Amino acid sequence: MDRMPAWADAVLVPLISILLAAAISALVILAIGENPVDAFTLMVEGALMRSSGWGYTLYYTTNFIFTGLCVAVAFHARMFNIGGEGQAMIGGLGVALACLFLPMPHWTLSLLVATFAAAAFGAAWAFVPAWLQARRGSHIVITTIMFNFIAAAVLNYVLVNLLRPAGAMDPASANFPETTHLPTFQDMFAAEGSALFRGAPANVTFFLAVLACIGVWVLIWRTRLGYEIRAFGQSESAARYAGISPVRTTVFAMLISGGLAGMMALNTTMGEAERLVMNATEGAGFIGIAVALMGRSHPAGVFLAALLFGFLYQGGAELALWTNIPRELITVIQALVILFTGALDNMVRMPLEKLFGALRRRDA
Amino acid sequence: MTLMKHFLGATTALAASACAALADPALIYDLGGKFDKSFNEAAYNGAEAYAEATGGSYRDIELQSEAQREQALRRFAEAGFNPVVTTGFSMSSPIASVAADYPDTKFVTIDGFVDPEEHPNVKSILFSEHEGSYLVGMMAAMASETGTVGFVGGMDIPLIRKFACGYAQGAKAVNGDVTVISNMTGTTPAAWNDPVKGSELTKAQISQGADVIFAAAGGTGLGVLQTAADEGIYSIGVDSNQNHLHPGSVLTSMLKRVDVAVEEAMTAGADLETGVEVLGLAEDGVGVAVDENNEDLVTEEMMAAVEEAKASIVAGDTEVHDYSSDDSCPALSF
Repeated sequence: MDRMPAWADAVLVPLISILLAAAISALVILAIGENPVDAFTLMVEGALMRSSGWGYTLYYTTNFIFTGLCVAVAFHARMFNIGGEGQAMIGGLGVALACLFLPMPHWTLSLLVATFAAAAFGAAWAFVPAWLQARRGSHIVITTIMFNFIAAAVLNYVLVNLLRPAGAMDPASANFPETTHLPTFQDMFAAEGSALFRGAPANVTFFLAVLACIGVWVLIWRTRLGYEIRAFGQSESAARYAGISPVRTTVFAMLISGGLAGMMALNTTMGEAERLVMNATEGAGFIGIAVALMGRSHPAGVFLAALLFGFLYQGGAELALWTNIPRELITVIQALVILFTGALDNMVRMPLEKLFGALRRRDA
Repeated sequence: MTLMKHFLGATTALAASACAALADPALIYDLGGKFDKSFNEAAYNGAEAYAEATGGSYRDIELQSEAQREQALRRFAEAGFNPVVTTGFSMSSPIASVAADYPDTKFVTIDGFVDPEEHPNVKSILFSEHEGSYLVGMMAAMASETGTVGFVGGMDIPLIRKFACGYAQGAKAVNGDVTVISNMTGTTPAAWNDPVKGSELTKAQISQGADVIFAAAGGTGLGVLQTAADEGIYSIGVDSNQNHLHPGSVLTSMLKRVDVAVEEAMTAGADLETGVEVLGLAEDGVGVAVDENNEDLVTEEMMAAVEEAKASIVAGDTEVHDYSSDDSCPALSF
């Protein structure tokens, strides 16, 4: 069989996919009468050349790292967890309850409690589909996507009927107490009165996301559970023969996956909004699928892919601000990247594999 | 390094072009989107009217996510746009957290409320929706043959109850025995854009005898108006003039002149007076739409009664109860 060198698999394939997506996006922008070069410069300028742009890029990146890791962990056990959205919503509920009813005297303690609550709530939401898959063979794709709808309905009910302050119009919880507010990049890096990172929502949870990347790497490649997850993913019958319990592995992989998705809510709910709003996840759970696919389910790849999508989100916002490109087309551009890096992966991979095979034969 | 310099040069040129629009106004639509045939579209029409009347230009953005609310405000303020006009009550808390950082920029929140004592550079524009609803309530009761009129609201929030309460008071002022049926589409923002549910609620109200139905429900209202036309009863539109949607079936529309508010704020530019402004019948901020599409439906008797009630409200002789003042309604129970 034709195999590519590892660097080509990890770098070349995603790079060519992005270039293809960019080329088609440029055609789309041309077709509506805007200049693609200007549009791209605007995206880069707005997302990467200003400190507050970075603040937004890294804010979105944080979301995508968590949801990307969520999909990646489940994928190592060959399970397709597309319930990250719902798990993150319920994780947000955990964060809100922790912040509102268990306020701690300092943000570090609050963060600790909220992290635990977010992970526990997210994991609990993933537990039912996991158990149904392990015990009953109910397909995880169907159950997790159904659980997204149930999560939205639960959140709806709780926000409208239980957590909404009296007289408020927004379906949102009350504002969290002062001691639960997380330090933003502005608080951490900007001197008094400087505009560095001003107003940008990136906060300390970004570092938590980086830690989560390292944690997932250790888990998958350096622990017994990680080995079991990978072995189970590669071949269930071989894993079973080696004495690995399929039920235990399925459930544990999904619990970790759901916990990671739940922790995403720390960033949006505790870090940015400082209250629980209805639409706190904003599709990040689904973007996580693309991030994990593009990152080859490896934490380092997930980190880089999350950064790319963070750039696309923030750059897209800049396009909406300063050009007449309608927001639907910005979604089209983001979707093209997902399509090429996720769904059309083989379109780039197979010709490349053939090319490398041909080169190798000539050398031999 | 030279590449970097070149690149930086390009971006500063671009940033300069973005700043070139100094002191132009900016407009931020709420998540519903620019072309919702109702509230946000009224704001867009107002901005277009400003551009046409003054030859000026403006910049606008449709938000995609919650995090962008504050971002859009800051970016417009930093680039020198003035005033920054926003629609929807959800924008008031982001404005409150941003306003102090840009003391030279004027912010406008339509339907939202920001304390003018704390933020002197913010203008809150509120409408007396209960007064306009009172007038269409009167017309509904006069047009009804069954003695039952309906109300379909969007999301169940105090603002929409304010519409319903004014409507019920107006209907009861004409006919003390009138029955007012009120339904809300839902409790989440999805209720603003669910024409199918709007249609179902309309059918349910028709089966309870309603023959005039007032929709204050954003995009959901389109379903109400459509079903009313299909079933051969009267409906009443909201915010923009919706009479043209189904001529002969839409009795009238309760106008909320968001377009006028936007146009006036943009025309005033940097000299905009801040504070809280309430636009009611006296200021023509709310009203009843009569045009060629519904002139056959509106009788002279109706118009006379409406004009009389309007004069009486403006003069202060008739007081329409505002639901949001004490969260209760004497004419309707929710």
